Amino acid sequence: MEPVTYNLIGAGLIVIGAGIGLGQIGGKAMEGIARQPEATGKIQTAMIIIAALLEGLAFGALFLGK
Amino acid sequence: MKIFQQSFKFITLAVLVFLSTSIYAKSSNEGEGQVSTKKEVEEYILHHIQDSHDFSLFSYTNDEGERKHFGFPLPVILWTSEGLVTFMSSEFHHNDDGHVIVEKDGQKFAKIHSKIYELESGASEVSFDEDHHAKNAHKVLDFSITKSVVGVLFVGLLMFFWFSRLAKQYKNKQIPTGFGRVLEPLVIYVRDEIARPNIGDKHYRKFTGYLLTVFFFIWILNLMGLTPFGFNVTGQLAVTACLAIFTLVIYTVSGNKDYWMHMLWMPGVPVLIRPVLAIIELAGAFLIKPFSLLVRLFANISAGHIVVMSLIAIMFTLKDTLTVAGATGLSLVLSFFITLIEVLVAFLQAYIFTMLSALFIGMAVAEHDHEHEHDENGHEIPDAEDVRENFI
Repeated sequence: MEPVTYNLIGAGLIVIGAGIGLGQIGGKAMEGIARQPEATGKIQTAMIIIAALLEGLAFGALFLGK
Repeated sequence: MKIFQQSFKFITLAVLVFLSTSIYAKSSNEGEGQVSTKKEVEEYILHHIQDSHDFSLFSYTNDEGERKHFGFPLPVILWTSEGLVTFMSSEFHHNDDGHVIVEKDGQKFAKIHSKIYELESGASEVSFDEDHHAKNAHKVLDFSITKSVVGVLFVGLLMFFWFSRLAKQYKNKQIPTGFGRVLEPLVIYVRDEIARPNIGDKHYRKFTGYLLTVFFFIWILNLMGLTPFGFNVTGQLAVTACLAIFTLVIYTVSGNKDYWMHMLWMPGVPVLIRPVLAIIELAGAFLIKPFSLLVRLFANISAGHIVVMSLIAIMFTLKDTLTVAGATGLSLVLSFFITLIEVLVAFLQAYIFTMLSALFIGMAVAEHDHEHEHDENGHEIPDAEDVRENFI
């Protein structure tokens, strides 16, 4: 296989990992909001921060792999 | 009357969005018939993502086969071995592969892929090796006013005008008028939702200025990236790296004793682990935090631009299968909704950058009180304040 193909496989793996992570964050935040609707604001802020950290990791990996 | 006004606004918005897509589309319609569509689309996206030395809005080939460019040239400022050289970028005649040579005081310059090269003495044209690198030319220090620099200066002036006006209105009348009413809630939002909870009531005022500046700078530039002018300023690594370095310098300089203590010699863990933790903490503070800040903003904005432009390029790639009208309609619908999502992303990325900057600064200035009493086993006895906080 050409090296470009390996890059693409790597990018796919990164996206799968990031997708699982974001799904976990979003799902748990939804559960938290459903249990305690009055804490929606705080949960959303924390959710966005953690999603941003994860996204930074995924983008870093994509960027280095390019 | 009100309904009329609202529908008028909606129509204006729709027309603007439609115009922006059609202008993007125009600039991609280059050299048809000679190059493959795929390569052409790739080049057109790459050209947009890169910074450029001239501000070109669109270009087309007229009936005589001449290339016509619409836009305006920008000054090129170079620092070479023989001193300062300045000229206008129009002297390159929009050539980007090194064939047009500009001669100034015996020095020759060529532009290759948006970078300016100085030809070595005696050479009359650029020659390339197999990897398409210039053999007889070298890069020079380039201080040109490029398209991104124009964007940065424009936003700087705009923010100076808006916020000095807002400040003046607060001094005179207490209540802002005009555009200040749009800015006020955002300023209060950044102060009360980002700065105060993350930095703490005691120190937040000192850093609110920086956080507001960074928030509005990134947000306005992100929004400008969605206009037909095609700015891609926050999608340039140099710009995001610079912003991340600002944050790095601020939280490093304002870090207090506890911050450095926790970084270099973490209390409360076994002594053998402390050096390991120190290495991790140092790498985190000086490499990972700024790197994640700069890469997140750069990658999000670039990815957004690439997606929008790829969807616009559907007009050309699917022209044969879906007919011209079908491909244009599909591309218009998809790029319209992606552009709406990009408006959200523009705000979100500015928010996240500001939020994380505030968080990092908050970590550096957080005060740990070591005044707690300890019982005979060395455990902390919580004082009344802490206990009350747990219940509220």
